Amino acid sequence: MKKVILEVEDLSRYFRVGGLRAKGLLHATDQVSFTVKQGEIVALVGESGSGKSTIARVLAGIYEPSEGEIIFEGSSISKNSDKAVRGRMPMVFQDPFSSINPVFRISHGLERSLKLHRKGLSKEARKALAIELVEKVGLTPGADVLRRYPHELSGGQRQRLGFAQALASQPSLILADEPVSMLDVSIRIGLLNVMKDLRDREGVSILYITHDLASARYTADRMIVLYAGQIVEEGLSEEVVASPKHPYTRLLMSTAPDPRLPYVEIENPGDLGEPPRVIDPEPGCRFAPRCPLVMDKCRTSNPTMVQVSPTNRAACFAITS
Amino acid sequence: MSTPILKVRDLEVEYATPNGPAKAVGGVSFDLEQGEFLAIVGESGCGKSTLLFAIAQLLTYPASMVGGTINFDGVDLTALNEEELRKYRWRDISVVMQSAMNALNPTLTISAQLADACRAHTDWSDEKILERSREVLSMVSMDHVHLKSYPFQLSGGMRQRAMIAMALLLNPRLVIMDEPTSALDVVAQRSLMSQIQSLREELGFSVLFVTHDMNVVSHFSDRLAVMYAGQIVEIGKTRKVFDEPLHPYSVGLMDAFPSLVGAPRQLLGIPGNPPSLVATSPGCHFAARCPSVMEICRTNRPELVDEDGHSVRCYLVNSVQI
Repeated sequence: MKKVILEVEDLSRYFRVGGLRAKGLLHATDQVSFTVKQGEIVALVGESGSGKSTIARVLAGIYEPSEGEIIFEGSSISKNSDKAVRGRMPMVFQDPFSSINPVFRISHGLERSLKLHRKGLSKEARKALAIELVEKVGLTPGADVLRRYPHELSGGQRQRLGFAQALASQPSLILADEPVSMLDVSIRIGLLNVMKDLRDREGVSILYITHDLASARYTADRMIVLYAGQIVEEGLSEEVVASPKHPYTRLLMSTAPDPRLPYVEIENPGDLGEPPRVIDPEPGCRFAPRCPLVMDKCRTSNPTMVQVSPTNRAACFAITS
Repeated sequence: MSTPILKVRDLEVEYATPNGPAKAVGGVSFDLEQGEFLAIVGESGCGKSTLLFAIAQLLTYPASMVGGTINFDGVDLTALNEEELRKYRWRDISVVMQSAMNALNPTLTISAQLADACRAHTDWSDEKILERSREVLSMVSMDHVHLKSYPFQLSGGMRQRAMIAMALLLNPRLVIMDEPTSALDVVAQRSLMSQIQSLREELGFSVLFVTHDMNVVSHFSDRLAVMYAGQIVEIGKTRKVFDEPLHPYSVGLMDAFPSLVGAPRQLLGIPGNPPSLVATSPGCHFAARCPSVMEICRTNRPELVDEDGHSVRCYLVNSVQI
C-alpha cells in the first residue's frame, strides 16, 4: 500500500458575492474530501464553475480555506506555511504564455527556483541540474534550451518548462491546473505523456485538473468528478469510465465528443441545462434540476458518498435505492 | 446533386511580416453544396481562420488575398467592392465568431443588437424586427425574456446561442462558423452542435465550420477537410476520414486524442511543430514531422489528388505520380 501524501478533509471555500453589503455566499467548493497517494496521478474533472481550480488554488495557498483541513506529508498546512512546504507542492498553470517572464532567458527562472529551494548548491551544480531538469521533460539539448528566451519556445515547450520548474524544488505533488487546454491537439498528448513519465520515473504525484474526461482517463490512475463544488463520483479511472454510476458522470460521458463512441441522439438539445452558481444553497442534491432520475428526496436532502465497489464511491440516492 | 453554392479555387492569402510575406493560405480549393456541413480542422496557425475570413472578405492588413477566386452562387466575391458586398453580408452569408464574449456588445441588450443588424441590412418596421427577434431566439431554444438581457447576464452557452440567432436573422444561405464551441463546456458544446444540426435540417443553410478539435464535428459534419500549413491535405466524407485517414498528418491527429472507449493504450501524437510559413521548403510541408517520409517528399510538393470524392495530398497515397 502506497503512502498517502495529501489528505483533504471537508474542504470548503466560499466567496462573498454581489457587492459591498451583499450577504450572498458563493460555495465554490463545499465539503470536499479526498486523498492523493505517492506516485499517483489523480484527476479532478468538472465543467467550468465546478470548483476544480478553486481546490487547486486553496492547496497552493493562493486562497485560504473557509473550512476544513489539508494534511500534506503528515502535517496540517495553511496559507502561512513555510516556503519549504510550498516547494514540495508547486503548481503548473494553465496559460503557458503568461506564466513565464518574457524578459529573462529560460535559465533565469529555473535557476532562481533552484536558488530558493535547493540551498547549498554551487553555481556550477545549479547549472548542471537545470540542464538535467529540462531534459527530464523532453526539452533537448538542455544547455541550448536554457539559453533561449520564452518567445523562442512554442506553447507545448513552454508548458514542459512549467513542469521542469515545478520539479526544481523536489516536489512530492505537482498541482497541474488544465496544463494542456491551451495547447494544440497534436502537442497535448506529448505533455500528458510527460506527466505519466514523471510519475513513473520520478515517483512524483500529480493532481491533474481538467474538464476533459478522455484525457483524465488516459493520464490519471484515479479520477474525482466534481459538480457545483461537490464530489459526485470518485474512484479508479477505468472503472468510472467503464461503468459511471452518477447521472452527471453519465451525462458527461454521453456528451463527450468522441468519434469512436456511437452517436446518441439528444431529444431536446436546448434542455441539457448548465451547472448552477451555488449561492447560499438549500439542502438537496445540486444535480437534481437536471437529473433524469430525480426523486422526491433528492430535492430535500443531500446524498452522501456511498461505496459502489471496493475502489469507487458516488453520491446519489438513485444508486442506493 | 445540386450545383455548389460556394466554389473556392486556388485561394491564397499572405500576411506581411518583417521577414517577408507569410503564406497563411496556399492554394485552397473546395466546393460547398447547398445545405452541406463542411468542417475544416487543423492546428493553430494552419490558416483555417484566415481561410474563413478570406471567404467572408473580412481580411484586413497585414493579411491580403493574393490569388484565387471565391464564387458564391455564381458571383465572384473577390470582384465586388464594399458596397456590393454589403448586399451579400448577413442576407446571404453570415458569420459566427469564436468568442461571443468579444463579439457581442457588452453595453447593449440582445434585442438592441438584433435590431441593429436588421436595420443595417433591411427596411423592416420595429414590429417586424421584434417579431423576427423572438422567432430566432426561440429557434435556438432561448426564452424571449432574454431579449432584454445584457450579454453579461447570459452564460457562455447562451451567448453563443444568441450569436447564432443573430446570424440566422435574415435567413442566410451560408453560415460561416469560426470555432463557436471552443469556449464552452462539453455538455454545452454538445447541446449547441445538436442545435446547429437541427436548424440546418430545418432551414437548409450550408455550414462552413472551423475547429481545432475534430472530435467536436465527428458526428455532425458531412465532409471534413484537414488543413496543414495553409493547405488542405485531406478532404472527404467525415466518417471515411475518421475511419480510414490516409494522410500521415490525419493519421497522427486521430492518434492524438485519448478516447473513452477501447483498451487503454499509449498514444504518441505528432512530434515536432508546424513549419514556418515565411521560408517554405520546396517539398511537402509535413515532411519534417512525417513518420513515413520519402526522398521525393523533401524536394517535390504533392498535389491534392481526388479518388471517389476523397482527396489526399501525399505521395504515399498517390503513388501514380512518382
